[in-house]
Amino acid sequence: MTAQLIVEFTYFVLAVFIGIEVISKVPTILHTPLMSGSNAIHGIILVGALVIASTAHDTLTVVIGFVAVLLASTNVAGGFVVTDRMLEMFKSRRPGGPSDAP
Amino acid sequence: MTTATSLIYLLAAVLFILGLKLLSSPKSARRGNRLAALGMLIAVIWTVVRLIPHVTPAGVTISVLGVVLGGAAGTIGARRVRMTAMPQMVALFNGVGGGAAALVAVSELLRLGGSRPQLADGLPSLFAIVVGGLSFAGSGIAFAKLQEMMTGRPITYPAQQVVNALIAIAIVALAVVVVVVTDGPVALAVLLGLALVLGVAFVLPIGGADMPVVISLLNAFTGLAVAASGFVLNNFALIVAGTLVGASGTLLTKLMGDAMGRSIGNVLFGAFGSVRSSVGAVAGAEGRAVRAGNAEDIGTMLAYSRSVIIVPGYGLAVAQAQHAARELADALEKKGVQVQYAIHPVAGRMPGHMNVLLAEANVPYDQLKEMDQVNDEFKHTDVVLVVGANDVVNPAARTAPGSPIYGMPILNADQAKQIVFLKRSMRPGFAGIDNELLYDPKTTMLFGDAKESLTKLVAAVKAA
Repeated sequence: MTAQLIVEFTYFVLAVFIGIEVISKVPTILHTPLMSGSNAIHGIILVGALVIASTAHDTLTVVIGFVAVLLASTNVAGGFVVTDRMLEMFKSRRPGGPSDAP
Repeated sequence: MTTATSLIYLLAAVLFILGLKLLSSPKSARRGNRLAALGMLIAVIWTVVRLIPHVTPAGVTISVLGVVLGGAAGTIGARRVRMTAMPQMVALFNGVGGGAAALVAVSELLRLGGSRPQLADGLPSLFAIVVGGLSFAGSGIAFAKLQEMMTGRPITYPAQQVVNALIAIAIVALAVVVVVVTDGPVALAVLLGLALVLGVAFVLPIGGADMPVVISLLNAFTGLAVAASGFVLNNFALIVAGTLVGASGTLLTKLMGDAMGRSIGNVLFGAFGSVRSSVGAVAGAEGRAVRAGNAEDIGTMLAYSRSVIIVPGYGLAVAQAQHAARELADALEKKGVQVQYAIHPVAGRMPGHMNVLLAEANVPYDQLKEMDQVNDEFKHTDVVLVVGANDVVNPAARTAPGSPIYGMPILNADQAKQIVFLKRSMRPGFAGIDNELLYDPKTTMLFGDAKESLTKLVAAVKAA
């Protein structure tokens, strides 16, 4: 393995542990928004799609790049907006409840 | 990567991690989502800045066009979608992400090669193509099932598992060919095509009621496909963000399964063999009598009871009856009746879906009781009002080992003194199985649209 690959593999392994640790205690009512929120985060593929698309030379790459950017942008925008809409609705009648969070 | 790029991607990764952390608590969830969005914005803007010296004219055009069109489609879709259709929307957004990951990997392999790629690039690319493609097609089927563009029931045929295994073997074989011999456009296109077929075949036999778990799993798949693309592009942000989603999504899938009392294996492959027995149960129940009541009598009964538990289901959401349910609860409370809502973990079509829908109708969520909090109270409750729900109160989950929902924790509605079902018809619930509780002597049916029935009940309660 090259040095670069080893470094990347290290990021990967550490990110696995963080990913598991960070959501270990999530109440059932937040399962849907959490799924939707993490769904938006993998929209980071937009970064990869932009790298491919913006430097495209040949027709095939232009087509593939365009579709990739289109799909990834839909993922990012839709994912964050729909999650925000869901979470906006969690309100409580009690003062000091979740709706009072900034 | 330059130092600046590394640090900025690190900042984005930190924001993603904090965002996920905050998403795990109701108080901070919205802030968490916004932090993650900020991380995304930072990563994308920096990528654009970094790319400017290298762009081609055609590249700029398609990038701008893609971002504008995709961003608009995503935003409009997310703004317009009704809360009841949320699960399929999430499936759709997940699917397009998987498709993008597959295409990025295809494109990168084409750029690197024409000949056989190095293993360090080839393996993650192939993984991203196969898993991303599978997630894209599988999410599409999940969308179609939830949108009722196709039947929500498991679709099974003989030797299905053998067929699926053969597709998987073909994919592995073709992947070996790509690595050892050639990675030309044709081979990659066929590979992507096979991955799409596997995605369809994988989700077809899974019932609509289990779709949330499947979507969550495909969400984790997309995350891993994105991480794999990150290995190919040597991009830290993709590796870390994709892996975070892959890992947390896998755990979330397991948590969802736990809430339904099912193992993931049972959800994914449980349809095989269990279908026949459930069909038998439906046939056996045909022609049995139920007791149908009218709104006036039931309204009076509700008004003179001490405690009422409302069990809302997807039918309530479909009829847009959340507000009518709240009016009924308000009217009953004015009469001194104690009212609570019992929320099954998978009420609606996703864990937490019903909480969102009732929150939309301004039901304060201190009235919403989770299953574990409320299950012991049913036996002291005078009337349980089941509105548009079915499977989540079906005693078959406790008593019928052959049933597809056997083992799912249910609400103990059958232990209450009286049970009232508001249903449109005797049609079975989303799992497609009959409910013994409908025929119980303690049960009264009130047929009709949930919203109209509830409105009539409000009038009857006020008059009582």
